[in-house]
Amino acid sequence: MNTPRRSSPPLRSSEQRRGDPVPTELLRLDGVRKSFGDNVVLSDVDLTVEPGQCVVLIGASGSGKSTLLRCVNLLEVVDDGVITFDGRDITDPRVDGDEIRSRMGMVFQAYNLFPHLDVIGNVTLALRLVHGVKADEARSRGLAMLERVGLAEKATARPDDLSGGQQQRVAIARALVANPRLMLLDEVTSALDPELVGEVLDLLTELKGEGVTMLLNTHEMGFARDVADRVCFLHDGRIHEQGTPDQVIGDPQQERTRAFLSRIRY
Amino acid sequence: MPPEAGQVDTAWQPSDVQRDRDEWRRRRTLRSAAIAAGSTLLLLGAIGGAVVSSPGWERVQETYFSWDKAVSSFPAVLDGLWLNIRVMVVCWILILLLSLTVAVVRTLRGPVAFPLRLLGTAYVDVFRGLPLLLVIFLLGFGGPALSLQGLPTSPLFWGGTALVLSYSAYVAEVFRAGIESVHPSQRLAGRSLGLSYGQTLRHVVLPQAWRRVIPPLMNDLVSLQKDSGLIAVLGVSDAIRKAQIETALDFNYTPYVVAGVLFCCLTIPMARLTDRYARKKGYHGAGGTL
Repeated sequence: MNTPRRSSPPLRSSEQRRGDPVPTELLRLDGVRKSFGDNVVLSDVDLTVEPGQCVVLIGASGSGKSTLLRCVNLLEVVDDGVITFDGRDITDPRVDGDEIRSRMGMVFQAYNLFPHLDVIGNVTLALRLVHGVKADEARSRGLAMLERVGLAEKATARPDDLSGGQQQRVAIARALVANPRLMLLDEVTSALDPELVGEVLDLLTELKGEGVTMLLNTHEMGFARDVADRVCFLHDGRIHEQGTPDQVIGDPQQERTRAFLSRIRY
Repeated sequence: MPPEAGQVDTAWQPSDVQRDRDEWRRRRTLRSAAIAAGSTLLLLGAIGGAVVSSPGWERVQETYFSWDKAVSSFPAVLDGLWLNIRVMVVCWILILLLSLTVAVVRTLRGPVAFPLRLLGTAYVDVFRGLPLLLVIFLLGFGGPALSLQGLPTSPLFWGGTALVLSYSAYVAEVFRAGIESVHPSQRLAGRSLGLSYGQTLRHVVLPQAWRRVIPPLMNDLVSLQKDSGLIAVLGVSDAIRKAQIETALDFNYTPYVVAGVLFCCLTIPMARLTDRYARKKGYHGAGGTL
């Protein structure tokens, strides 16, 4: 683990394009580093996500999976490295973070629904405030999205009156309603009772079938196997091993990946 | 983190891209600071210029900001302020004790505690409804006249009592809000360990409630610092009363300004302390860096 950082800075997207065909990836991380005080959570992460792909991050607790998603959503400021989203360097301090975030959807482990708004209010808030959609159109789009996640009849319920699985489906609807280019899902089933996990994972599988681009982390290895185009194993702030689910989960090459997988039952 | 991560840390040098970003952020910070400083100076200069050049400024200066009068009245006013400080400290301690008792009584459950709850609610309702000045008049002029056995007749005592009674009603509500903001599951966890109601309150609920109510408590303390001056109406020779006496000599109002400045010198540091504390707490809640 003593390899020094490469001396040349990561290429900017504009330089990359010169002479090359337009890159196909939607999201690209080059040498991303993030630390909290002395605690280096991500030390040199390279990752790409292509449109329509579902990339799954796995790794032990504290391996930096959530931090990586939060950095991509610009909820954390990276210490170094470049994150390119839709052809733009979004880690440049000159970019408008709100505008970037409005084109991504993020779903949190603890749902983070707004308890003072009803379900339809949660789903339509950003449509109305950020995307400038008229109230009645926002409402019809919100209802259509709730229909999509199977919760149309709960539109006027308060989040506190819903089960965990229903709340998480509302949170997914809230993130999805503005047609984001990329969905970030941070351990979306970890807070759920086991019998409620299925309804959320089924929904994600359907979204994947519809071509929604997803970057997610999970401890559900069975789900990762079914839905992932690529699985990345994070360890010590780096992507230690990546490949198809069959390669990484079915036949891991690295000792640490094997050790991690043997510790969790699935 | 495992040790190898620490080694990576020492080897890390920011890349050119990162240095470029850091430099841009540094320049932006400098520019913001320069704009803030410039606009502040401009605003203060404009206000100061407008005041000084306005007609009648000389008379205002002589009546309110006479340096000689300020110097000559300062010792008397400062002496009075010392009384305010003592009143404030003693009253604040009594207020905390009384209000905490009332708050705990008001959160008691069960029919047995009903009379106590009723008493607590009635007390809070009455003393939050009465204007503080009215309570001071009632007790401060009425109390000594009663010459009750065993109670002093000094206006200072009765004025302080009025402050304590009035403020405790407010502070009790702050405490009660704090107690009720602790999630019921905490009480359940305490009771499930075999702790009694009182032990749960003392060792589980109150410590958490206390942390949450410190900012509003500080707010009430700052308010008490000023309102301790209201007992001047009883003739107690505090800072305001002393300033009044000095003013009466020649109808120069500078001593009031001196008293006002001294009160601000007490409350402003307290207010900044409260802000800092609230910011520290707020960092974990809503707000943060985004």
